Amino acid sequence: MIRRSLLKLANPQLLALIGVLLINWLLFPNFFRVTWQDGRFFGSLIDVLNRGAPVAILAVGMVGVIATKGVDLSVGAVMAVAGAVAATMVVAGYPAPIAVVAALVVGLLCGLWNGILVAVLDIQPIIATLVLMVAGRGIAQLITEGFIVTFNDPLLIYIGTGSFLGFPMAAVIALVLMVIVTLVVRRTAIGLFIEAVGVNRAAASLAGIRSRMLLLLVYSLSGLCAAIAGIIVAGDIRGADANNAGLWLELDAILAVVIGGTSLLGGRFSVPLAVVGALIIQAMNTGILVSGFPPEFNLIVKAGLIFIVLVIQSPLASRLAPPRIKPVAKVSAK
Amino acid sequence: MSIITKLALAAGLATALSTAAFAQDLTGKVIGFSQIGSESGWRAAETSVTKQEAEARGVDLKFADAQQKQENQIKALRGFIAQGVDAILIAPVVATGWEDVLKEAQEAEIPVVLLDRGVDAPEDLYLTSVASDQVLEGRTAGEWLVNQVAGKDCNVVELQGTVGSSPAINRKQGFEEGIASAANVKITQSQTGDFTRSKGKEVMEAFLKSSNGGADICAVYAHNDDMAVGAIQAIKDAGLKPGTDILVVSIDAVPDIFTAIAAGEANATVELTPNMAGPAFDALAAYLADGTEPEKFIITESKLYTAENDPAGEYERRKGLGY
Amino acid sequence: MAETGYALEARGIVKIFGNHVALDKVDFGLKPGEVHALLGENGAGKSTLIKILTGAYQPDGGEVLTEGVPVTLNNPQHAQTYGIGTVYQEVNLLPNRSVAENLYLGHQPTRFGLVDRRKMERDSIAVLARYGLNIDPSSELGAHSVAVQQIVAIARAVELSGKVLILDEPTASLDRNEVERLFEIIADLKKTGLAVVFITHFLDQVFAIADRVTILRNGKLIDTKTLDSLTRTDVVRLMLGKDIAFSGATKLEENRPLGDVLLDFKNYGRKRSVHPFNLTIHKGEVVGVAGLLGSGRTEMARIMFGADAADEGTVSVAGTQTSIARPTDAIGHGFGFCPEDRKAEGIFGDLSVRENIVIALQGKLGWFSALNRDEQMEIAGRFGEAMDIRAASLDMPVKLLSGGNQQKVILSRWLATDPAFLILDEPTRGIDVGAHAEIVRTINRLRDEGLALVVISSELDEVVAYSSRIVVMRDRELVAELNGENINPGVIVQAIANHKDGAQA
Repeated sequence: MIRRSLLKLANPQLLALIGVLLINWLLFPNFFRVTWQDGRFFGSLIDVLNRGAPVAILAVGMVGVIATKGVDLSVGAVMAVAGAVAATMVVAGYPAPIAVVAALVVGLLCGLWNGILVAVLDIQPIIATLVLMVAGRGIAQLITEGFIVTFNDPLLIYIGTGSFLGFPMAAVIALVLMVIVTLVVRRTAIGLFIEAVGVNRAAASLAGIRSRMLLLLVYSLSGLCAAIAGIIVAGDIRGADANNAGLWLELDAILAVVIGGTSLLGGRFSVPLAVVGALIIQAMNTGILVSGFPPEFNLIVKAGLIFIVLVIQSPLASRLAPPRIKPVAKVSAK
Repeated sequence: MSIITKLALAAGLATALSTAAFAQDLTGKVIGFSQIGSESGWRAAETSVTKQEAEARGVDLKFADAQQKQENQIKALRGFIAQGVDAILIAPVVATGWEDVLKEAQEAEIPVVLLDRGVDAPEDLYLTSVASDQVLEGRTAGEWLVNQVAGKDCNVVELQGTVGSSPAINRKQGFEEGIASAANVKITQSQTGDFTRSKGKEVMEAFLKSSNGGADICAVYAHNDDMAVGAIQAIKDAGLKPGTDILVVSIDAVPDIFTAIAAGEANATVELTPNMAGPAFDALAAYLADGTEPEKFIITESKLYTAENDPAGEYERRKGLGY
Repeated sequence: MAETGYALEARGIVKIFGNHVALDKVDFGLKPGEVHALLGENGAGKSTLIKILTGAYQPDGGEVLTEGVPVTLNNPQHAQTYGIGTVYQEVNLLPNRSVAENLYLGHQPTRFGLVDRRKMERDSIAVLARYGLNIDPSSELGAHSVAVQQIVAIARAVELSGKVLILDEPTASLDRNEVERLFEIIADLKKTGLAVVFITHFLDQVFAIADRVTILRNGKLIDTKTLDSLTRTDVVRLMLGKDIAFSGATKLEENRPLGDVLLDFKNYGRKRSVHPFNLTIHKGEVVGVAGLLGSGRTEMARIMFGADAADEGTVSVAGTQTSIARPTDAIGHGFGFCPEDRKAEGIFGDLSVRENIVIALQGKLGWFSALNRDEQMEIAGRFGEAMDIRAASLDMPVKLLSGGNQQKVILSRWLATDPAFLILDEPTRGIDVGAHAEIVRTINRLRDEGLALVVISSELDEVVAYSSRIVVMRDRELVAELNGENINPGVIVQAIANHKDGAQA
């Protein structure tokens, strides 16, 4: 058992994360320095966790969608909608817990909407979620009437910037969410069914799996995760910025899932590795910021690093690498 | 906030914001205004201020929202010409492709005033252009900082706007000009915060880490107020006092930065005035009255606001404008 | 060498894919002015042979000759230069271009280096008239019916090639009148000396139009004969391989006591899919389903399982009328279904053998009563062993297994659900001898354990060996139910071949 879990640790995603962190350390020697300050940990490594949390949370929702051979382009816009709902409600005087719950429900409904388009109306996921990707930001702007709605509600601010046991609240939420979703999909049959639907929907249907319910579930979860990320991002800047909140983050989330080893063709997926994928992306971002490169290089550097990570994971690379498991002679089962 | 309250506030504010001396009268004149859209808070404020300025002058303003499309603007202009308006204001969405429609306006003898942005067309096709000077904005911020530190060494970190955008280029250039004379003030780090709060905060966090926890930073210069607001939160999270431990100077003068200035968390902002219409109306009034040709490029004032300029009051005055 | 008189000839063609011999020394000769039907069940090697004759594949042995001269056909365009044209089931022309352009695409008449559109359209009218088409050559091809498009495709193939026309299931999407019109055109073309290869599943059509027939089975040439020397029964027998053992003797115990009635389908059917049928199935019996490809046998299986919903008739399970509108309904009643297309509808290629086995049981248990890994291993191991699945590990992806082992995995999947009724659609197609035997053994074992089974198979010997009763499908209709002595290949072949007005056995 222990050997198996050690072997699991030596996967390409974690190696890539360690590699990126080491590069950051070479560029910025204090990268790993973490201090205790005002009741919380403080340092670049903590920034990676904190800033990576929204994309990690999106990835937790996205990975299930992609495993069913779908994609959810609307998560960035749903973030903006959820942030707008939470902010305008607290500003209008509603208690913060109600505002948070309302934002989560709105996110869930957005996800359900996507799920209905995909599962019931059989619209291709990329098109189905594009609808909300475009409309969502407009809805958010309607809610905020075009302002950045700023607030001083302590609960929302705590969700965005607070700390728990010294760790940033956003990272704690991401971790808890990752653990819950992992447990739910792996301790129930949902994970297996998601993979089955992603690999072969026709066969899944003939094997008695209700693929519609499953699709509704994964898209709803993705919407819920987007809402959580949206509340965090709004809490972080104490304001709901309909124009910019979550802008292009759907692409980062998809990338995180792909770096985490889940194929866009569906099938096998891993929630924790998708989160690692999000951390790899954020480690790059933070590394670029602390390294002092001129900003004109940001995108090139990021694209180059992602390219390297993806090449390391490509089938070609694994064919070139020495086989990790020796082929076993053909024997009967057991 | 409802539209009604906004309008009520706006009406009360009109006089306060209009700096114009009402030398000539525009009462009863019909003026068309083709606005780009409402892509940012500043744009929304420009629209509401323009409407206020028109109302204060008794102008019958025909407003057309182009929703970011040049074809809509051209259509709107043709509509204005067909209606035979007295003058046209336009905030052009792009710089090129205006020559034909501007010629049509000229043939109809309708003066056109460009707001906020320029166009690539012969200068005689429009009456004048009212715009801010982005380099001047940056320079004003830089000069304020040089005065403020008064000879002490000061390491500045810069939060740039979106890479390659003209405000980012010009405001960076202007600031560098502003501090060029002072060897004690220098930019140590510069990164893009994409004009957004959350990126401003994230970049500032990284700057603080790589500058000895912020001890090596004397000031932060942000290309817009939103990034400054994000940076202020990052500075607070790092256990420092923004405005005191680290000076904060930025550009735009949106309402939220005045809250920060009032709280002592930001030090200065340079105004990009949403009141492009006031100077435009003044120029038009003079021109329509006796044919006085205004200057070809009217530069709006890049006013510096600090804690001494009644930040709480400025906040109240601005918050209803749609920022 | 030119003594054959064949327009197109294949001699001793061998084609091997991996370690599967698709064509084993097949000879085929096509005379000018004949319509030559090529028959065989799926996997017999028809399409491989066609692809070799049109240059899409290169043979691994043997040679292709045109007019007695050996040639190498590099690709279909190259084959065209030897006068060989092909029309496929799916019209592969450009629907958004004009009829004339489609006729002349790649060969447009030019004037001063430019396409001479007027000449092209003038010529098109003349060409189309020869095929009885009076349509505007400048109209979009896609605006016309499939039949017209099919004729345009034929016209193009004949105009460009001129000696040999290969028609690969051209009638599959045509209605009766359109088929007749097509046949008139083929008859006309025949008179001009064109050699036509005609591939179809419909025996009626073969007898209506063909002069000779070549029958393939399992990659081997069975025979080439003139049709006037054959009856329909002969053809079916040749296709299904029942040239031996027509004794009618089966080892079946005659009067096996029937178990209780498990299922009763009454007037059960689905429009445009299966005519309503009546079928009663008892516990402890195997109902064999015989019929040619396209006879409606798979469609019948699918509505029994709820994969397609029936739109008329009723079904009772153990005496209680119920509704089976989707697979979950069927599974709830203890049904299981091994589909014909293993890869597309059966296996989850990337998932492990273990997961492939437990998935249906888990589906039955629902989302929240998950089998843990150890339970899954135990179940997969138990059924894997019982079915003798050969896999290096239960955790390896099932796609790495051989076809026979994949089939055993799917069968294990259903056995794990403790079923009362299994539908097996071609369970032994394309699998090795060992797996084949194991699956037949399992069918017998399950019947003896009291399960009800419906088994669809083209292997008549096999069906006869394990079936308690056999139903015969033809033209989407259940046309005969055979019992006792009638369960023998001769009678089955007769039933399959009979015209609609033929005797019901």
